[in-house]
Amino acid sequence: MTTLLRDVYNTSVEFVRTFGAFQLFSLRLIRYSPGILLRRFDLVIKQIFNTGALSLVIIMVCGLFVGGVLGLQGYSNLARFNAEDSIGVFAAFGLIKELGPVITALLFAGRAGTALASEIGLMKATDQLSAMEMMAVNPVPRVLVPRFLGGVIAMPLLVAVFSTIGLFGTHLVAVELLSVDVGAFWQQIQITVDMDDINEGIIKSLVFGVAASMIAVWEGYNAVPTAEGVGRATTRTVVITAIAVLVFDFMITAVML
Amino acid sequence: MQQTRSVEIGTGLFVLLGMGALFFLTTQTTGGDDFSADEIYTVEARFENIGSLRTRAPVAMSGVTIGRVTSIRFDAVTLEAVVQFVIDSQYDQIPDDSDASILTSGILGSQYIGLRAGGSDTYLADGSEVLFTQSAILLENLIGKFLVNAGSKDEDE
Repeated sequence: MTTLLRDVYNTSVEFVRTFGAFQLFSLRLIRYSPGILLRRFDLVIKQIFNTGALSLVIIMVCGLFVGGVLGLQGYSNLARFNAEDSIGVFAAFGLIKELGPVITALLFAGRAGTALASEIGLMKATDQLSAMEMMAVNPVPRVLVPRFLGGVIAMPLLVAVFSTIGLFGTHLVAVELLSVDVGAFWQQIQITVDMDDINEGIIKSLVFGVAASMIAVWEGYNAVPTAEGVGRATTRTVVITAIAVLVFDFMITAVML
Repeated sequence: MQQTRSVEIGTGLFVLLGMGALFFLTTQTTGGDDFSADEIYTVEARFENIGSLRTRAPVAMSGVTIGRVTSIRFDAVTLEAVVQFVIDSQYDQIPDDSDASILTSGILGSQYIGLRAGGSDTYLADGSEVLFTQSAILLENLIGKFLVNAGSKDEDE
């Protein structure tokens, strides 16, 4: 009985410790960020390419199909109320406010977050980070901060691309395939969607970008420096990012409503 | 050097694409207006109340879209809304005494202009005006009328 209590106590303390360490780590990343942004923007550009440009294909393909599915599902349900014309609004709200940011963040975690975590974890496992420290180069601003900033900058752009392509996917299905009137489709979107909705999407994408990048960098930096440890860090990146994104999504939506 | 160059080009393209997407989302103006007709003619109609009609709304006759609303303005002299719309030139035999009314597609759908054929021998042409118009039906007015009727009925009894 006492061992069980001790275990619970130790686990709780360890959890709080990890959480606190993560906060301190976040503060360190943010403290170095302005300097890197101003002086070593070339490093950031390389990471925007790695996390953003290389994720474009998966984002665009997924966006197109998510939009198409919204078109099909929305049509079959709205047609019952003779309100097929509202399908544009249905899809636009869904994409801009929820699906765009959330699915992009999940895809980002799978495509870019895992790459970041395993890259940094492998650097650690092969003692590259220690070598940097030996050369009096601090690996946090040199390796971690550019990757973090690259993700933060890339995410809102990826979300915008996803939502736009998704809307065109809906257009393709609803207008070209199911012959909803194209004027009504876009007219209804323009009447109903306003700047607040776009802003909600942008705020979400910024928060998700910070969360996903920070978790990936943290997991990689704290990976156990073995082959197994790097693999575990990669898995944890996806799991924790997914949970964080969905929890944040709920909180932001609750606040914005 | 070549390596950095391609990375920079890729990043530039990605950022431009993202910005473009963001711009598209914020403005929401797109090539939605593909009511495709090679030749069109412009017709005007004056309404007392246009409800929530917007530009690019369809103009339909017997339920078939034959044109689009191009501009809506308010005439300060006659105190009426002036709606300009274009009609596909292949439908050039619409009697000039046809009437235009603002209708709603579905219960909560968007509003459009419905044309109903008249009996005249002369046809609508570029620059002509639809003389007989019917304003949008406002749900609030309907409810108001209904309440007034219900009230007066009570008084009769």
